[in-house]
Amino acid sequence: MSNISNLNHQILDFATQLKAQDDNFPTLSVLNNDGQIVDEEALKRADLSNDDLVKLFSSMLLNRQLDIRSTKLAKQGRFGFFAPTAGQEASQMGTAFAFRAEDWLFPGYRDIPQVVAKGWPIYKAILWSRGHVLGNEFKTEDGQPVNSWFPQIIIGAQYVEAAGVALGLKKREQNAVAYAYTGDGGSSQGDFYEALNFAGAYHANAVFFVQNNGYAISMPRADQTAAAHLAAKGWAAGLPSIVVDGQDAIAAYLAAKEARAWAVSGKGPVLIELLTNRFEAHSTAGDDPLRYRSKEDIADWWKKDPLIRMRKYLTDQGLWSEDQEKETIAQIDARIDADIKKADQVDKQKISDYLKNTLEVPSYVMREQIKKFESEGR
Amino acid sequence: MAVKSYIEAVRDAQDLALGRDENVLIFGEDVGKNGGVFRATDGLQTKYGVDRVFNTPLAESGIGGLAIGLASQGFRPIMEIQFFGFVYETMDSIAGQMARNRFRFNGTRQMPIVVRAPYGGGTKTPEMHADNLEGLVAQNPGLRVVMPANPADAKGLLLSAIASNDPVVFLENIHLYRSLKGEVADGYYTTPLDKAAIAREGKDVSIITYGGMTPVVLNAAESLAKEGIDAEVVDLRTVSPLDIETIGKSVEKTGRVVVAQEAQRIAGISASVMAEISERFILSLRAPIGRVSAPDTVYPFAQAENDWMANADDVIAKVKEVVNYD
Ligand SMILES: Cc1ncc(C[n+]2csc(CCOP(=O)(O)OP(=O)(O)O)c2C)c(N)n1
Repeated sequence: MSNISNLNHQILDFATQLKAQDDNFPTLSVLNNDGQIVDEEALKRADLSNDDLVKLFSSMLLNRQLDIRSTKLAKQGRFGFFAPTAGQEASQMGTAFAFRAEDWLFPGYRDIPQVVAKGWPIYKAILWSRGHVLGNEFKTEDGQPVNSWFPQIIIGAQYVEAAGVALGLKKREQNAVAYAYTGDGGSSQGDFYEALNFAGAYHANAVFFVQNNGYAISMPRADQTAAAHLAAKGWAAGLPSIVVDGQDAIAAYLAAKEARAWAVSGKGPVLIELLTNRFEAHSTAGDDPLRYRSKEDIADWWKKDPLIRMRKYLTDQGLWSEDQEKETIAQIDARIDADIKKADQVDKQKISDYLKNTLEVPSYVMREQIKKFESEGR
Repeated sequence: MAVKSYIEAVRDAQDLALGRDENVLIFGEDVGKNGGVFRATDGLQTKYGVDRVFNTPLAESGIGGLAIGLASQGFRPIMEIQFFGFVYETMDSIAGQMARNRFRFNGTRQMPIVVRAPYGGGTKTPEMHADNLEGLVAQNPGLRVVMPANPADAKGLLLSAIASNDPVVFLENIHLYRSLKGEVADGYYTTPLDKAAIAREGKDVSIITYGGMTPVVLNAAESLAKEGIDAEVVDLRTVSPLDIETIGKSVEKTGRVVVAQEAQRIAGISASVMAEISERFILSLRAPIGRVSAPDTVYPFAQAENDWMANADDVIAKVKEVVNYD
């Protein structure tokens, strides 16, 4: 039996508390670097059919090809703004695979592939990157709505908005959730904490992801916060919060799927930290990663490429082959080419349309401006 | 004297300020090893150490609060907001707190803070990055808003801002960073705050402008000169508070005014300039005041920027309208 003195000792033992913060966040993993299953139980729980596994891997390949092609095109000045994703395919596509059409996606600027996975045509993603307003119409190729917000630039803003949608879904008794992504840097924003706290307080239908890819532009994760785990930030708001191997698509999927089930059942939000890495520059707009990280660090992470382990696992299971991969990549490339053509054919934006879209009822001055721009054909 | 880009001048000023006074601190997102995303602080961390030049976690509100706290401890913080479009995240620190603190403490405490940020457009950044939000900060008593239009002013005004005991929002035009070069004096010098400059003398019309619009207006003035219209260009430099004396002298001299800004008509500084002129110098005017601005939409998506932003032709057309009024 502990007496008051023992308890007081525990309370005041700050060093032990710090250690406990570290110990309380083991990393969920299912698939190791060599494509071997490390947790059979977890694999069963993931309940992925062979077909699912192939679909998931194909979506990761799409993600990688989009990255390779976009970076190339950006260098030729044919793409627009692009935030590379290589290294984050498991984290992005594994989690995205757990959500449904009725769920609402809140992406950051790097989370283009998740929106594409939801049915947003690639040519719209290109238009978004180029700074064309039609990129912000979230509809599938055949005009069906895509439940996604635009890729958010203001870091943290998507989190609080997701909390609002999550509460709305709960109030309307929808069988759906809002799921939002930010980065390790984003977990420092005030909006991040406010979102966790609001969604928690209302037990709203939200799943929050932090893709801890090691850097916020040049800022290493270790300098971003004293917290041992970004997931721990969810505890303060009373959320179940876990750390997941973000290079492991099956673990990412499992965590997202269970978090979704928890949130949709009205128990409240979940926070998931994905340990991943960004292999390339922060963006194609002039970032030089070698200013703030070493070549060795980058090379080490390439060894943990999420594609390698998934490919190995599928090949070992007899579900994948080199030929299949070649064919898939060729199909993806053809799709991207066709979409670039489509994006190139879209009409220029009109300033008069902008003026009509800023307010439902334009002001006197705006009406003057509309007339002026229309007369100039702009 | 050396020819420097606008951004080199900004870096030069910060280097000198760090070297002169150990209380000067620079912090913000990526200002350390990376030297800022535009390299405005390049090499300064290596030269002055991580205690003087340091990265912050990614939270603008935190950066603003940090500046207030450090200023109260006798430091002279230069805080960088990576793009002024992100300023909303820290508007309370800037407009709600640091702008009012001197007043609230009955003048017993100073807020010697410089808020540096790139602003404006024309470089096709992703949405929310570019913006002309000077009006947002200029309408707060207790803040100075400085917007240099050339490298020499960028350096001299930044050194004055750092030396000032009042908070200064120092807005650097993103388009001019690398596109504009000019003679910059070596070593430490200051350019006075609250003083407009006559960027070009003329007698037929006063074009009052500031920041990124100034080079556009100067180009327009050269074209107008070829057509026999001699325009005087007033570069406000400090947009809040306004230098009424310089504005007034120019208006009295020419009797005709065009105010030109990069911001939307509903935003920016032009409305204040026009109001001051109407109230004080209306009897010197021989024509209604003309205005050139961007249209009243949300800041445009990158691909439409060129069509959207006011250009030299817009200035020329408006000047002709005002000059040919009677
Ligand atoms: C409010 C706000 N502040 C600053 C920025 C500029 N910025 C863009 S990305 C970035 C770093 C983000 O890092 P992280 O959240 O870790 O995501 P990652 O880019 O690594 O995916 C910064 C500082 C921004 N877009 N929004």
